[in-house]
Amino acid sequence: MITKDNYASEVKKYQPKPKLLRNCIKAFLVGGLICAIGQGLTFFYIEVFGFTEKTAGNPTVTTLILIAAILTGFGVYDKIGQFAGAGSAVPVTGFANSIASAALEHKSEGIVLGIATNMFKLAGSVIVFGAVSAYVVGLIRYLVEQFL
Amino acid sequence: MFMDFFWAFVVGGSICVVGQIVLDVFKLTPAHVMSSFVVAGAVLDGFNLYDKLIEFAGAGATVPITSFGHSLLHGAMTQAEEHGFIGVSVGIFQLTSAGIASAILFGFIVALIFKPKG
Repeated sequence: MITKDNYASEVKKYQPKPKLLRNCIKAFLVGGLICAIGQGLTFFYIEVFGFTEKTAGNPTVTTLILIAAILTGFGVYDKIGQFAGAGSAVPVTGFANSIASAALEHKSEGIVLGIATNMFKLAGSVIVFGAVSAYVVGLIRYLVEQFL
Repeated sequence: MFMDFFWAFVVGGSICVVGQIVLDVFKLTPAHVMSSFVVAGAVLDGFNLYDKLIEFAGAGATVPITSFGHSLLHGAMTQAEEHGFIGVSVGIFQLTSAGIASAILFGFIVALIFKPKG
C-alpha cells in the first residue's frame, strides 16, 4: 500500500541503484590506464627524442589528443566513455573528445557555422574557467611575492 | 621504471575516481567536473603543490585535465617574473598552446574526414 508517507521508500525499490562503487572501479581502471599510456609516451619522448622530464609533457599530451580525436572519429571513444564515465572524461583525452565530438555532431550545418562554431561548445567552459582561475591565482601570487 | 608506471596508474586513476564521485553523488555533468578540476589544478599550483605531484606521479599528474590549470598558471608566472603585472596575461596560454592548438587542429580534421555516428 502506497501512502503519502512511505511513497519515497516504496518508489526507491524501483529506481536504478546508483552503482557508485562499480563506476568508481571502472573510472579508476580506465583513467589509470590512459595515464599509464601517457607515462609510456613520456618515456618514449625522453629516450628517443631527447626531451627532459619537464618538457616531455607537451608531446605526450599532443599525442594523446591525436589518438583521442581519431578514436572519436571512429566512434570508439564515446563507447569507452559510456563504460568509464569520469575515467575517460577527466584525462586530457576527454578534452580532445569533447572538441572532436561537438565538431562532428554539427558537421551537417556546414564548416563555418557547424564545425567551427560548435567546436568549443563543451570544451569552452574548461578554457574559460582555466584562464579565469589561472589569472586570479596568478595575480594573487604575483602580489604576494612582490609585497610579502 | 615499473614503479613509474604503477604510480602514474594509481594517481591518475584516483583523480578519475574523484571525478566519478562528483559525477554520481552531486549529479553534475562531465563539463562541470572538467571545469572544476581545471580550477583545482590552478589553485593547487598556486601553492606549489601540483609540481610535487608531477614529480611523484609523472603522467599520472600531467595527463588529467587538472594539469591544464597548472600549466596555465605556470605560463602566467614565468612571464610575470620577466614583465611584471602584464606578464600574467601575456604568458597565460604559453605552455598550454600545444594542447589547445592540437586539439583544435585534430578536432577540425576529424570532423572534416569522418561522418557523425548514431
